Amino acid sequence: MPLGPLPAAVPPSWYLTLSAILFALGVLGFLLRRNIITVFMSIELMLNAVNLSFVTFSYVLKRADGHIFSFFVMVVAAAEAAVGLAIILTVFKNRQTLEIDEVSTLKN
Amino acid sequence: MDALLFLVFAAIAVICGINLVVQTHPISSALSLVGVMGALAALYLLLGGEFIAAAQLVVYAGAIMVLFVFVIMLLNAGTERKLAIRPWGKYLGAPLLLLFLGMMAYLIQRILPPSSPVVFGAFQGGTPAEIGRSLFTVYLLPFEVTSVLILIAILGAIVLARKEVD
Repeated sequence: MPLGPLPAAVPPSWYLTLSAILFALGVLGFLLRRNIITVFMSIELMLNAVNLSFVTFSYVLKRADGHIFSFFVMVVAAAEAAVGLAIILTVFKNRQTLEIDEVSTLKN
Repeated sequence: MDALLFLVFAAIAVICGINLVVQTHPISSALSLVGVMGALAALYLLLGGEFIAAAQLVVYAGAIMVLFVFVIMLLNAGTERKLAIRPWGKYLGAPLLLLFLGMMAYLIQRILPPSSPVVFGAFQGGTPAEIGRSLFTVYLLPFEVTSVLILIAILGAIVLARKEVD
């Protein structure tokens, strides 16, 4: 990546690099956070990062297919959010906690 | 101008993403995620995805995040306890993450065919008309299957949230 005066427009690889950075941040939040809601939001961040690469590839290839794929990702994310938040509600109802380390019935 | 817009919105997205990870209160994380989604919607517009940018704002920032904030309010989620990072995570996590990022950047530079810079307006295939045309011709079956998926998800959410699980 040549450094110098700011070009008028950036190449698509910069968008893909931004997507990789956001995905890595999502992984970081997923692994580090202990609150189940924040963990869930990190998953949404990863989905968003992948959407950005879909749209960028769509631009590079000059086809609309990447947009359709990111549309489907959004639909799946909406379904996943509805079910996942219902599961979080049920877990909280049964255990009165949102810490993922305390929900460890399956451990040992 | 396009480069400036990209850098501004990319900086907003990365800063909000870092804020999402470091904040301990879930509501701060949720608001940071809204910031990421707004910045990404602007980037989609730069890439010519008018429909996707609007859907991003309406579906993600509008509907899904409202659901998140609603659940945070409902559960009265407070600040999480100080996290204790395990030693191997402390010394291995950051180098592995940087290795992953470096590998991704290298692969992107290496594999992507040399293409012209992203200029606003150069790609017109992302208009609602174009999206709708391919959604209802080439991608008709997946589109119909998603409606079944959403129906199942709604039913599952209702059953999960209502039933008293012992």
